[in-house]
Amino acid sequence: MKSAPKTSRPLALAVAALVGLPLALSGCGSSTAASSSEAVTELSVMDYYNNEPDKSFIGDALSKCGTQLGVTVKRETVPGKSLISKVLQQSSSKTLPDVLMLDNPDLQQIAATGALAPLADFKVSTENFAEGVLSAGTYKDKVYGLAPTVNTIALFYNKDILAAAGVTPPTTWEELKAASAKLTAGDQYGLAFNANPTYEGTWQFLPVMWSNGGDEKKIDTKETEQALQLWTDLVKSGSVSSSALNWTQADVKDQFLAGKAAMMVNGPWQIPALDKQPTLQYGVVKIPVREAGQTSVAPLGGEVWTVPQTGNKARQAKAAEMVACLNSDENQLAMATARNTIPSKTTLSDKFASDNPKLATFTELIKTARARTGQLGEEWPAQATKIYTAIQTSLTGNASPADALKQAQGQ
Amino acid sequence: MTLATDIPQSEGHAAGKAARANGTGAEQPPPKRRRSRQRRERLFQWLFLVPAVVYMTLFFGYPVVKNVVMSFQEYTTSTFFTGEAPWVGFTNYVTVLSSSLFSTSLVNTVLFTLGSIIGQFVIGLALAIFFQRKFPLNGILRSLLLLPWLLPLIVSSAVWRWILDKDSGALNRFLGDLGIIETGVPWLTSTSLALIAVVGVNIWIGIPFNLTILYGGLQEIPDELYEAGSLDGATGWKSFRHITWPMLRPVVSVVLVLGVVYTLKVLDIILGLTNGGPANSTQTIATQSYNLSFHEFKFGEGAALGNVLVIISLVFAVLYLRASRRAVDE
Repeated sequence: MKSAPKTSRPLALAVAALVGLPLALSGCGSSTAASSSEAVTELSVMDYYNNEPDKSFIGDALSKCGTQLGVTVKRETVPGKSLISKVLQQSSSKTLPDVLMLDNPDLQQIAATGALAPLADFKVSTENFAEGVLSAGTYKDKVYGLAPTVNTIALFYNKDILAAAGVTPPTTWEELKAASAKLTAGDQYGLAFNANPTYEGTWQFLPVMWSNGGDEKKIDTKETEQALQLWTDLVKSGSVSSSALNWTQADVKDQFLAGKAAMMVNGPWQIPALDKQPTLQYGVVKIPVREAGQTSVAPLGGEVWTVPQTGNKARQAKAAEMVACLNSDENQLAMATARNTIPSKTTLSDKFASDNPKLATFTELIKTARARTGQLGEEWPAQATKIYTAIQTSLTGNASPADALKQAQGQ
Repeated sequence: MTLATDIPQSEGHAAGKAARANGTGAEQPPPKRRRSRQRRERLFQWLFLVPAVVYMTLFFGYPVVKNVVMSFQEYTTSTFFTGEAPWVGFTNYVTVLSSSLFSTSLVNTVLFTLGSIIGQFVIGLALAIFFQRKFPLNGILRSLLLLPWLLPLIVSSAVWRWILDKDSGALNRFLGDLGIIETGVPWLTSTSLALIAVVGVNIWIGIPFNLTILYGGLQEIPDELYEAGSLDGATGWKSFRHITWPMLRPVVSVVLVLGVVYTLKVLDIILGLTNGGPANSTQTIATQSYNLSFHEFKFGEGAALGNVLVIISLVFAVLYLRASRRAVDE
């Protein structure tokens, strides 16, 4: 095999010439060649908040910080699905923006490529952040990204339906099963969650898995099996529609809004949609744990802001100031309130929770929330695939929870 | 090669000998001018090829070569920044082909392709023959049948996902109102039904293509044949069996081979409807390759699986070429 590259040298040359053309073309747009002693008057920013109202909320925060730092912000928003391919494309053509937003589970993946600068190089403070938030932003002991606001998932319940059935919000798995069964009648299911074959399905399963002591590194354990048994029982008994296998979190919200599910597992980003329907009275509690006394561990969601390695130290330093500015106490509170997310500094939680009672449960959960990539780093995507495969295998009845997990772990 | 050997060798020799025998031969133009004119002509011939060659190398050659090279490399997200992709030989192929998911995907790909092609072709042919008759609104109806083809695939799959929903889907409501079913059929969430549902949607999307091409083929068959046939008593099924089908065969083979190649690589419909689920029951080689590359960032393995798909498509392309050559020979 070793001789193979040698024999294809003319071919490789031809290929190199062809690759070179688009690279050279795209290289023209880069402005990184500017000398680093010049004053920085402009910062390019890329994020995936391409829908209103988030687009404006983030835009406002960026331009406010820009004014404060004396730079104009050149912002580009791309659809969430194409952000990573865009970042990879830009990192190979060396045209990464000065400030880059990433979804937190992708941070380690991108940091591992060497495309990001450690924030400590620019003396950005990482004090007071919740542990999970820092762990999501860290790759190999260095912090590469900070999230001004974060989110997680909890149990939403329809107050009217629960009151009519005489059910109180469940706190343990037994109560959850009993409540869901009691709330299932006719067209209405007791509970809705999403168990689809994407990372979203894994994300919604993590609270029960983690709260029961399950671990993503090795999923064929007793703890994870019990959690999967709960999900399987809920679907098999008919308390959760088997459509959960194909629902997205938005579908789950629609079921809840339409009164077809009395409770749902979902996140605070659905609150604006829920509030649009004034007749809907809902409450939010933590996702139940197996036994009273266990801590409900929620997965951490949200986007981190990073400083890519653009090669221009002055611009990078300015970009780091931008990341620090977005993470100032004042901006964290403002963005969290506007976007129904949670400030990532634990020192702000109490004030935020009392000002925003609707988000109090989520604020409480963030203190102990766990990052998906905290343990596995770049290995997370492969393991997350195994987890949703096991969920699907068990929920369709193709194998028992124990066998499903064993099969998936061995894959 | 073919340009240089315009003249068969033996004739060339004879011509050379004759020229030598005649001395300089006053009736022929001076060799120098003739040769330069020939050279210029050949240059122009090559120049006319340049646009096609450049296009082919840029848009076909480069991606194919790149994909083959990538499948032998450990190509990850870091490669994009550092440019380093270690050579790993056949490791990617071994990993992908020995994974337990591969056999599932392969079987699903075969079932999906066979099911879709048979359904699309039979219904498409039946409709094409139906529209051969002259009746009012024929043209309007035929153009309405093209609609599935005109809709973006993402839109059609989103609509079908809603139609096929277990609890509030239009199809289950309809069947329920008719009293055919009592509880919702889990079209997209049962491991035994999901593939059938996905094939059904793909048939719906493929009918316009089959209808259009087969209808065009039918129009090409001269009416005289049917007239002559009817004099001999060949009508209805007999005329189809002995006139329509043999005359349509070249078009049929084009439709089938293109259909197979289009169906093998179907991605968006499956991603839109089920994402490969439930429990991988609609996972095909195409969707698995997409997942490996763009969700797990294992670009090398994704490329290896993609190449397996390309090879399967190539087999059909070769079969098609051989079949059409035999038809010409006959």
